[in-house]
Amino acid sequence: MLDAGDEPREPYGEYQSWFSAKDPSRLMAKSAEAEAVFRRTGITFTVYGDDSSTERLIPFDIVPRVLGAQEWARLERGIEQRVQALNAFLHDLYHRQEILRAGRIPSELIMRNEAFVQQMIGVSPPGGVYTHIVGIDLVRTGVDDFFVLEDNARTPSGVSYMLENRETMLHMFPELFSQVRVRSIGDYPRRLRQSLAASAPGSCAGRPTIAVLTPGVYNSAFFEHSFLADEMGVELVEGRDLRVVDGHLVMRTTQGLQQVDVLYRRVDDEYLDPLTFSPESMLGVPGLMDVYRAGNVTIANAPGTGVADDKAIYSYMPEIIEFYMGEPAILKNVETWRCVEPESLAYVLDHLSELVVKEVHGSGGYGMLIGPAASKTELADFADKLRANPANYIAQPTLALSTVPILTESGLAPRHVDLRPFVLVAPGSVSITPGGLTRVALEEGSLVVNSSQGGGTKDTWVLEA
Amino acid sequence: MLGTTAGRLFWMFRNLERSENTARLVEAGLRIALTRSSSADQEWRSVVSTVGTTEHFLKTHDSFDSDVVIDYLLRNESNPLSVMSVVNAARENARGIRTALTREVWEATNECWMTLTDLLAKPIEGPDLPNALRTIKRESAYVRGAMHGTMTRNDMYDFARLGTFIERADNTARILDVKYYLLLPTVGHVGSRLDTVQWETILRAVSARRAYRWDASGEIDPSGIAKFVLLDRQMPRSLFFCVDKVAAKVAYLDSSYGTVAPSSVMARDLAARFETVEINEIFEIGLHEFLQQCIVDTGAIAQQLEQDYRFNV
Repeated sequence: MLDAGDEPREPYGEYQSWFSAKDPSRLMAKSAEAEAVFRRTGITFTVYGDDSSTERLIPFDIVPRVLGAQEWARLERGIEQRVQALNAFLHDLYHRQEILRAGRIPSELIMRNEAFVQQMIGVSPPGGVYTHIVGIDLVRTGVDDFFVLEDNARTPSGVSYMLENRETMLHMFPELFSQVRVRSIGDYPRRLRQSLAASAPGSCAGRPTIAVLTPGVYNSAFFEHSFLADEMGVELVEGRDLRVVDGHLVMRTTQGLQQVDVLYRRVDDEYLDPLTFSPESMLGVPGLMDVYRAGNVTIANAPGTGVADDKAIYSYMPEIIEFYMGEPAILKNVETWRCVEPESLAYVLDHLSELVVKEVHGSGGYGMLIGPAASKTELADFADKLRANPANYIAQPTLALSTVPILTESGLAPRHVDLRPFVLVAPGSVSITPGGLTRVALEEGSLVVNSSQGGGTKDTWVLEA
Repeated sequence: MLGTTAGRLFWMFRNLERSENTARLVEAGLRIALTRSSSADQEWRSVVSTVGTTEHFLKTHDSFDSDVVIDYLLRNESNPLSVMSVVNAARENARGIRTALTREVWEATNECWMTLTDLLAKPIEGPDLPNALRTIKRESAYVRGAMHGTMTRNDMYDFARLGTFIERADNTARILDVKYYLLLPTVGHVGSRLDTVQWETILRAVSARRAYRWDASGEIDPSGIAKFVLLDRQMPRSLFFCVDKVAAKVAYLDSSYGTVAPSSVMARDLAARFETVEINEIFEIGLHEFLQQCIVDTGAIAQQLEQDYRFNV
């Protein structure tokens, strides 16, 4: 948030003048009030393997993270480019595989990838869209230096927190929003609905029926699933509510069976259809993939998109963008060592204490090593894991991440953050919500922002031009 | 609307109604136990039997001691009908159907759950009990209030109300059935003195003491009470009122869906029986037999609703 002279950067100016006129203890009280609001409205997530309290709040910090209009415009261009490249890449992988023939990516990286879905080969999703909803994780190391940390092309979560964080801020500090001109994000659910409707199968006549598929109330993101269904005004369904009848997907209603045209699924690929994927899955719908392949339902995101966002593919994103877009990537990648390559593995093992090592398919901050924070034993143990299965890991340098202030008992204090903007893709259009979810590592010096690992969130402001 | 959603709405409101009814039963039981300690055990035995959990209770308990019974009815998590269990279930139902509830209804349900989880975290001390029972009743009243004030009167509302009235009919029938011997016109059975305190518990258990007082101009007599609780057209917990509402709600569903569901035929038949029956006939059939048939019939209607509207399959 600070510039080189330790002054607040320009976008924070107006907030800073509002903040400095406030009594810190009143703000702390507001902070407690925010927590009560979250608890009452049930904005919770579930932590796996913790049976004492299955529902937890994500800590919310009341100091917003602010982005100026110009820096946002630059990010937007980079994100749009990246998302278009992702879709072109997915289409290519499941059709002619030009990028593999051109030797830009090793074939075995795709062919041996668990997230590559054979059943999608030759299938063209309605409107050609693979990733209807994308979350791009960004970090910042300097005023103009944003890096992409990760692409989330499967079922990115967190958008409900983005929306509820703003609601909470509007509720607690209404006067702030009349002083500072912040771009609105409230129409995300409406745009999500439009975007999904626009991606309906060509054969769908009239207004498409959309449904959100959830694994159920025990899923960690259940709150978000029901929130989005409710905000869009569409049904929230579980596998048991759905079935396949006469080549169409239908849901069981009080008045009989009703056709579903677009399924926004928050269930992983392998559980979607027990006839095609994991046979013991109770979460999916037997026969769904047949309906999909026949072009009678849209699945968002399409099955098999995960192949584009694993951490090994990530390291090729600059090449991928250049290959499909014919121009260099606007947003930079973090330097990445692929441990499957012997030279890289050797380098990583030599520099383990300086690096962050992640599992290729991992998420939620599980199974990763943060070199600078690890003990000697932890480093040695991890080195063994690396040698045993190098293809499972990538490594990245620890970046000098920028910080933003949070409110603590002793006033403002700097903490590391990342940013996940949310992108909607429909045939012929890409739309990016101004802002996104800012996750913040609440512990001093910590770099881990995942909510499952004690991270919190903040409202994210993009200022009007 | 999804069949699952209809089923969850139905059960959410059944569960909330249960929590309130159990609180009211404990309140009425407490009154007897306080005023006549000699028959306290007997009273608690009848409360457990009204809730319908005698068998379950006796598996883990051997006396109907008031503290034990109260704790069992309010807090015991292995008792699926304890206030805590049904509130947990109601909130779980609600969580699954946030898309069907207004924000106000959801928040009232969630607050009900938070407040009662806190309240019932440890055993309730005797002096705190009246307040605790008030809180339980108030929390479910908040949910009902939020529902009346904010929910669209569509089929979702009908399923919610069906849950409430099916549960309430069942509860009222059970209260009367457990105490039916008090209401038999042959007063000789219960001793020479008119047992007004006992009769009053019946009215208390359905929150109808005041209504009855005004209706019957102060006359406390057993067949008057029986008639009131069974057949009054205005008291919102009388059996007549409940079965009439059930029939009205399924008729709404019929008209909005353009069908005649088997459950609506059953509900209409049951309501018609209440429309024509006289209290004397009920005593001739036998109050116990009549009430047992009511309990069976409302149970059958609930099962038929589940099938007609595809709650589960």
